[in-house]
This record gives sequence, C-alpha cells and structure tokens, in this order.
Amino acid sequence: MVEDEGFRRYVAHFILWIGIAIVAFPVYIAIVASTQDNALIANGQMSLLPGGHFFEVYYQTIFVGTSGSTREPVYNMMLNSLVMALLIAVGKIAISIISAYGIVYFRFPFRMPIFWIIFITLMLPVEVRIYPTYKIVADLHMLDSYAGLALPLIASATATLLFRQFFMTVPDELLEASRIDGAGPLRFFWDTLLPLSRTNMAALFVILFILGWNQYLWPLLITTRDDMQTIQVGIRKMITTTDALTEWPVVMATAVLAMLPPVFVVVAMQKLFVRGLVEAEK
Amino acid sequence: MQKQAIFQSKLLPYALVAPQLAIVLIFFYWPALQAVIQSFLLQDAFGLSSSFVWFDNYIELFKDAAYFEAIVRTFFFSFAIAVSSLSFALLLAVMADKPLRGSMLYRTLLIWPYAVAPPVVGVLWIFMLHPSLGVLARYLRNMGVDWNPLLDGNQAATLIILAAAWKQISYNFLFFLAGLQAIPKSVFEAAAIDGARPMRRFWTVTFPLLSPTIFFLLVVNIVYAFFDTFGIIDTMTRGGPGTSTVTLVYKVYSDGLLGGNLGSSAAQSVILMVMVIVLTGIQFRFVERKVTY
Repeated sequence: MVEDEGFRRYVAHFILWIGIAIVAFPVYIAIVASTQDNALIANGQMSLLPGGHFFEVYYQTIFVGTSGSTREPVYNMMLNSLVMALLIAVGKIAISIISAYGIVYFRFPFRMPIFWIIFITLMLPVEVRIYPTYKIVADLHMLDSYAGLALPLIASATATLLFRQFFMTVPDELLEASRIDGAGPLRFFWDTLLPLSRTNMAALFVILFILGWNQYLWPLLITTRDDMQTIQVGIRKMITTTDALTEWPVVMATAVLAMLPPVFVVVAMQKLFVRGLVEAEK
Repeated sequence: MQKQAIFQSKLLPYALVAPQLAIVLIFFYWPALQAVIQSFLLQDAFGLSSSFVWFDNYIELFKDAAYFEAIVRTFFFSFAIAVSSLSFALLLAVMADKPLRGSMLYRTLLIWPYAVAPPVVGVLWIFMLHPSLGVLARYLRNMGVDWNPLLDGNQAATLIILAAAWKQISYNFLFFLAGLQAIPKSVFEAAAIDGARPMRRFWTVTFPLLSPTIFFLLVVNIVYAFFDTFGIIDTMTRGGPGTSTVTLVYKVYSDGLLGGNLGSSAAQSVILMVMVIVLTGIQFRFVERKVTY
C-alpha cells in the first residue's frame, strides 16, 4: 500500500508481543510459583524467577496432594477429568452423528418434531436447570459415577446440527452408487458416510474434549466423594478460606497440570481446533 | 432443505434418533419442566408439603432488592467483559492480519487461553492479585492503591471482569482474524488509492465490513459472561465480599445450596431460561443470515 509499511510492521510486531505477554503473564507466574517454597510465597515475597523446588512440588502434587483438607493426589483427579472429557466427547459425537443420519437420510412420521426437540436443547444450558437435573441424577443413583458426570452433558444440538449440515452436502450419487452395490442403510453409513465425516469428527472432538475437561459446576454438584473429584473441582477445594493454610505452590502446580492437556490439544491440533470452533458456531 | 436420495425403513430411523432423544428428554426436558412446575409451588419449611401459588415466587423475586441488584450486576459484568475483551482482541487481530513474518507463531501464542478452564483462570488471577501475597498487588500497593478485593466489592468486581475478559481474548481474536481475512484485500487497496489514511480506512472500511462478526461475538460474549463466569466467580470471590460479585447464575447456585427457598430458586432458573432463549434466538436469526467468517 501507499504508506511506510516498514514502520507500521514494527508497530504491529510490538503490539502483538505485548498482547502475548499479557496473555502469558498469569501462566508464567503460576509456573514460577509452583517451583518455590510456600513460606516465601505466604510472606508475600515471591520471586519472579523460578525457585529450586520443582521436583519436590510436582511430586507432592501429583502423587500426594495437599497436606490440608483435601488429600486427593492430583493424578487421580486428572484421571477422572480425562474419563469425563472422553465420555462427553465420544458420546456426543456418537449419538449426534447417528441421530443426524436418521434425520437426513430417512422420512418418517414425527421427523421434524424430533428435530426441533433436539434443536431447542441449544437453549437449555445445564446451569439453568441445575437443581432439577441434580435431583434426577440422584434419583437414578448416578451421583459419584462417571455416568452421572457425563450423561447429562452428552446431548448436543450443536453437534447434531453440524453433522446434519455436513450430510446435506454429501452428493446423492454416493448413496445411489452404494445402493447399486447392494449396500443397506447401515452399510452405507459405515462404509461411506463415516469415512467422509472423519475430519468433521476430529475437529468436533478437539472442541468437545476441551469442553468436557473444563466442566466445573456440574461435577462440583454431583461428586461428593474426593476420589471422584475432577481436577477443576479439586483445585477450588485446595484454596482454603484461611489463607495461611493454602499451599500455593501445590495449587499453582495443579493449575499448570490442569491446563496442560487442553492447551496441548489446542496447540497441537490448531487447524482442526479452529475449524471445529468456527463450524460449531455457525 | 431435503435430501432426494433416501432410505426406506420403518424402524431404523427411530432407533437412530432414540439415544439422543432419550438423553434429551431425561436430562433436558424433564428437569426444565420440573423447574417450571416448582416455580409455581411454595414449600413449607420442612419440604413436606407444597401448595400451588401461581406467580407468587416471581412476584417475591422482583420485589427483592438483592435480585434486582443481581440482574443489574450481571448485565454490567457482561457488558464490561464483552467490551474490554472485544476491543483488545480486535486490536490484536488487526495487527495479526497484516502480512507479518511469523504470523502463525503469533496466532498460536494468542489462542491457547481458550483452553484454560474458568476455575483455573480464577485461581491464576486471585493468586496474582491476592492482597497479601499477590505479585501484582505488591506493585499496586507500592503505587499507593489501597488494594484489597477481599474486602472491597468494587475491586472484587474489577478482578472478576479482568479475569473473565482475559480468558475470552483468544476466542474473540480467532473470530476477528477469520472475519478480517474474509475481507478482500482489494477493498483496502481501493480505499488507500482514494487517499484514505489507515485509521480512516479502519473506521470506514474494515469496521463496517466486520460488523456482522462484531455483533455475533457480542452475543456470544454475553452468553459467556452469563454462564461461564461461574467457575471464575466461585474460585475467586464466592460471590463476596457481601454479595458484590453474585451474578444471576451464581445466585441460582447459592440460593439452592443453602436450600432455603426451592420455589424462588426454580423461578430464578425459569427467568434465566427465558433470557437464554432470547439470546440464542438473536444469535440464531443472525447466524441464519450467513455471517462471513
């Protein structure tokens, strides 16, 4: 363009680095704090440089937990979070893809009402129906279980809409062709449609895994046993109201560990993640 | 839209939609219906019997000053979070949209906070700004600010808004960047040849072309501020000091937890549902008109 682009580029680089610094600073502080001595932090004299307690603190965090009220080792919380996130992601994709298949490729009575019933759930986030849902899960004896953690969050209008939209773009000729080959509806789904949906499924998986891993309010309510706790709930319980008792290095190490899997997924699968995000919002 | 090529089968389609339908009916519609019914009931102190009271719970709620405050607070929080996060993200996206060396690296370094869970965001920020041990609180005090969000309600609210806006930067950045990249470069070049300076180009060309994205993000950010800030509030302030950081969702949770008034809690849920339906409706109507990302 017409102006002095060289100077403007320096400004752009500069502003972007400031943005990155602002975004990264809290995490840097957490990493630094997780390598320091608790007494130093409690005195308000935390250094901005890493301390020498890295292995000690992370060993304690992962295998022992805090020595205070919740003694749950963090590896167990991470395991619970992992199971929950995988159940939600895989479960959502599975039930959404088959229901979208049913709605797109078949004509049957109540097809549209069923579609609308699924669609309207877009408007009922778990937060607004939290206590009645809690009661139902309790009545079904699913408190403190993986089923109770995952099932109420598994239905997904968004994923169903996404697969429906994608199936609409699949050319009709494919179905005709597989029909000539003698394939029935299940065969067509398995041999043709599923392989075609692979990238969509992967992109959705990335988004849903993060969504599941980061759940908070629901697991907070329905898990009462410490060994069923997810890492997001566990970290909140580590901050005791009497500040003197909070073991900040362990809390910060837990925060770092809680961030690792989803951040890793976002960075490693950047392309799929962006695609999944933009499509899911459409 | 309808597919031309379809299968003929009487039972199979029902089997295919059955799992989704079962989950939706058991975990979505049944509890939502329960909430609506409950909101018309008044339970005695022991929860043994209940009577039908029509809209009494709602009327009580709107007469309650604390509820009114929570509504105002929620909207204020949403607005503050959306505006601060959107403007900062837009600035970064405009910069990252320039043909810069290492733009992929910038993108990667800016999008990861999307993946950080709200309670973790809360923990990170309360630690930095904790009055007695926070690193940033130390600087604030040295600058002469009487910083104590554990006692000062306004400071606590500022803290929540900062943390919530911080988390949302990456999401807004991504959508802004996608929106900017969808604008043909020739439009800018034409404006430049016409003699428009960069700032003017931004306000007369980029901003209007980006307005669908801005509106979309505004709605998404408000929904985010309504619901996803729960984890941030619960880890940072637990609604305190006093009730200075209690939002509508937090109030449903804390009122229900104390177990005082089930009818009121249910009425609050129903009001929230209506708000979500309106917001989703706006978002959907808008998305239907095909936003260019």
